[in-house]
Amino acid sequence: MKSVPHPLTPEMRQLTLKDLVWLTGSFALVIAPHVARAPWWLTLLTLCLFGWRFYYTLNRVPLPSRWLVVGVALVGMFGVWLEYRSLFGRQPGIILLVLFSGLKMLESRTHRDGAVAAFLGYFLIITNFLYTQTIPTAVLMCAGVFTITATLVGFAAPNRALRLNLRTTAVVLAHAAPAALVLFVLFPRVQGPLWGLPQDAYGGMTGLSETMAPGNLSQLALSDAIAFRASFEGTPPLPALRYWRGPVLWDFDGRTWSSGMSYLIGYQEKPMQGEIYRYSVVLEPHNHHWLFALETAQSLPERSRMTFDHQILSTTPVRNRMRYDMVSVVSNTGLAPDEERASLTRALRLPPGYNPRAVALAQQWRSRGGTDAEIVQRALVFLRQGKFVYTLEPPILGRDSVDEFLFDTKAGFCEHFSSSFTFLMRAAGIPARVVTGYQGGDLNPVDLIVTVRQSDAHAWSEVYLRGMGWVRVDPTAAAMPRRVEAGLAQALPQTATLPFLMRPQMELLRALRNRWEAVAHKWNVWVLGYNPERQRELMLSLGMRNADWQKLSALLFAFLGLMTLALLVWSLRRLTRPDPVQRAWALFCSKLARHGVVRESHEGPRDYSTRAARALPASRRAILRIASLYIGLRYGEKAGEKASRPSTARLQRLVGQLRLT
Amino acid sequence: MINQLLARHPRLANRIWGFTPPETGTIVLVHRRVYILPTQLGWLFALTLTILLVGSINYALSLGFALTFLLAGMGLAGMAHTARNLARMAISIGRVEPVFAGEQAQFRLYLDSRASFDRPAVLARHIASRAQLVVDVPAGGLAEVILSVPAQNRGWLPIGRVMLETRFPLGIFRSWSYVEPNLRCLVYPRPERSPLPAPTAEAARGAMRSPMPGNDDYSGLRTYQLSDSPRHVAWKAVARNEDMLTKQFTGEAAAELWLDWNRLPPSMGVEQRLSRLAGWVIAAERAGVNYGVRLPGNEVPPGRGDAHHAACLQALALHGVA
Repeated sequence: MKSVPHPLTPEMRQLTLKDLVWLTGSFALVIAPHVARAPWWLTLLTLCLFGWRFYYTLNRVPLPSRWLVVGVALVGMFGVWLEYRSLFGRQPGIILLVLFSGLKMLESRTHRDGAVAAFLGYFLIITNFLYTQTIPTAVLMCAGVFTITATLVGFAAPNRALRLNLRTTAVVLAHAAPAALVLFVLFPRVQGPLWGLPQDAYGGMTGLSETMAPGNLSQLALSDAIAFRASFEGTPPLPALRYWRGPVLWDFDGRTWSSGMSYLIGYQEKPMQGEIYRYSVVLEPHNHHWLFALETAQSLPERSRMTFDHQILSTTPVRNRMRYDMVSVVSNTGLAPDEERASLTRALRLPPGYNPRAVALAQQWRSRGGTDAEIVQRALVFLRQGKFVYTLEPPILGRDSVDEFLFDTKAGFCEHFSSSFTFLMRAAGIPARVVTGYQGGDLNPVDLIVTVRQSDAHAWSEVYLRGMGWVRVDPTAAAMPRRVEAGLAQALPQTATLPFLMRPQMELLRALRNRWEAVAHKWNVWVLGYNPERQRELMLSLGMRNADWQKLSALLFAFLGLMTLALLVWSLRRLTRPDPVQRAWALFCSKLARHGVVRESHEGPRDYSTRAARALPASRRAILRIASLYIGLRYGEKAGEKASRPSTARLQRLVGQLRLT
Repeated sequence: MINQLLARHPRLANRIWGFTPPETGTIVLVHRRVYILPTQLGWLFALTLTILLVGSINYALSLGFALTFLLAGMGLAGMAHTARNLARMAISIGRVEPVFAGEQAQFRLYLDSRASFDRPAVLARHIASRAQLVVDVPAGGLAEVILSVPAQNRGWLPIGRVMLETRFPLGIFRSWSYVEPNLRCLVYPRPERSPLPAPTAEAARGAMRSPMPGNDDYSGLRTYQLSDSPRHVAWKAVARNEDMLTKQFTGEAAAELWLDWNRLPPSMGVEQRLSRLAGWVIAAERAGVNYGVRLPGNEVPPGRGDAHHAACLQALALHGVA
């Protein structure tokens, strides 16, 4: 019953200590993930700015002049420029936003300024999604949205109890959720980007590259990051048969293999003998064109091409998680049995003057005679019996890397094996090339999805055998059979540095991880991978053909209209419902009024019923009975209490049964 | 500007506001009377949403879309909440004490939540004087709003149009409504300090009716009458849980004094005369004499006490007022 006057419009209300705490808490939540990416001095500066703002409020001194704030801003921007040599890339842009949050705090005086700062907080949330969109990030950012919204509610009702404001926040967000869901599903999606993105927009994505030098893949193999996931219709092939083809490397300069010139060919379907597998792949963005498929691909996803060496290339770089369906055949048949001469010549080229010992060995094999296939066998036997060590930390190699690996260090990773083998083949006069990609992958027993990680990156070789075409030879498998049968972890000695979760002792953790990854996969497919194509598919499955933007918009607005209507009904719900006693009395009055006894506005229930009883003597008893019940329920001692429910029911029944003549 | 236009065309205003001022009884803010528009902050929020949407499309951020749409849904829900914060609220009027011209009239309004939820941060603004106040209306309860409006001229001061506004819960929508309750304040003439006039012959007659109760010497207690000044109530006796008693005084100067309009110099204007008379009424009440007021066509017979005092001032305030 009491009213507390408080300062008036948000433009006039000063930010209090409580408001500052809320704003700071909101910013802390949304900025926290950036701290790891921002330079340390900027984090420190931003912290200082927040602290500085608190100092002003705690000591009740006026805020610094605009010029001082501008000065600090300029210093900060200069620092960012020194750090990144740019102010407009993705990283420096976000770092600047973090800095601005502190500056905005410093110049916020009133609740209105505070609200603008809160909007900046919403904006900072989305900057986190540029780096990661995992479930934990989403949960953290949900907490951010809640806190910022609670801050806004606190600004709108500064004198209200915190508990009530938090409840309002929860109710508003709960009411927002259905509309958000409808918008998410139905808002016509367009494929970005709308304009050129900053140079560094896709920096930091891991994955294979167009070149392979000693050490590249073993670095990649230390990463637990997921490359892609594949879900099969039916049982997936055995691990040893899961070769996921990626970049094909042709040109060798003595140290580095590179893919060099490539051209596209029209894809012709050539049915192959063997086991057919149908599966869909959810590919993590890697900022290149390759789409990985099980060897040998028998179909081509939408908006992709095939090169002459059987790489599948997307028309645009894969910068977002992408899903495609594939059909592959696992067989022993070679590829492209009628390869062009030019390609074969290219597959024999070697840089002169490198690796003389390897060249000598290969020519020795060749001079012993035999078919190409026999020479391949000789090389594999050489590798198998050579006591090679498989390691993620190979010794550093000098100029003649193949020689040093084959005859001196004898320790290396798959790139060393494939590189050396391909070199040997070319030296022996057999056309050969290096193929990179992934091998194996974990089968998650929970959802039967094969997860392929960067640590599954692999390199193997293909040799061209007349009459058969390009045939896959995996020299690593020859030397270390366990690598392809049971994965990297089993092939390496126990002492080797392995990604934590790949260590065999971690069985329980792996089980947990499997479960978690099943959830994460659903998240990737349904939330993060919800793109224009998915939207079309979903609409089709709901029976809507050619879901173009007009149809989607119409549907969207229809739904949003319904939501607004629902909200309106909700806002009236508890207001328009009179209590049952009142309702019964109103019905009673209208029944009497139909028989000419209209209640005057000054008439109380007693006077009215007496008059009505006199006017309608036939129903006298009932009328007086109803009136006395009503008076008791409305004005009696137990009015409004639960104990009065039986009387209420009686009143309703009597009014309902009242028949006037 | 629109307000001025509407002030000049009351019938148009009535059509637009949906009511005819002044409104008697309890006013319920039905939905028709509650307007809602985004605030400046709301437009800024919309701009933020647009940037978030463009960013989400450009970088194909699924969670960016989710955030944008959640905030958009929040805007929608916020709109409903803001409208609900005013809709169906009831306004009833309270007491208004008379004031002298030049003082602040204190208009009391009661905002009745009439709902099972509270209505926080409701701003009441008196349009003409821009006097304003923000109150939180508790669930199922009342909040009192006191609007201090400067009273310039004597006579009746109607409250005029009052705006009720709220921006709760997000500050991005502003919902408002106009009411014009039937509430007016009696404004007495601005009193002029001046020495009391000498009693007339008429008044001297009254002086013989001695002893008259006065203010000067305490002479005993009698039962309280409604017209007695609270200053004379024997509060100690009340505190002892006895009946309300009034302290009686005998006044030496218990004379009867007529404050007569016609005895003022003819050069004085109407308002000046009323101010002079008002000043005399106050002085006479304070002096404890029996006094009456005589105006052209109106007369308050001599007496004393709070009720009489108020009656005299009211006669002055409403002199010549239709």
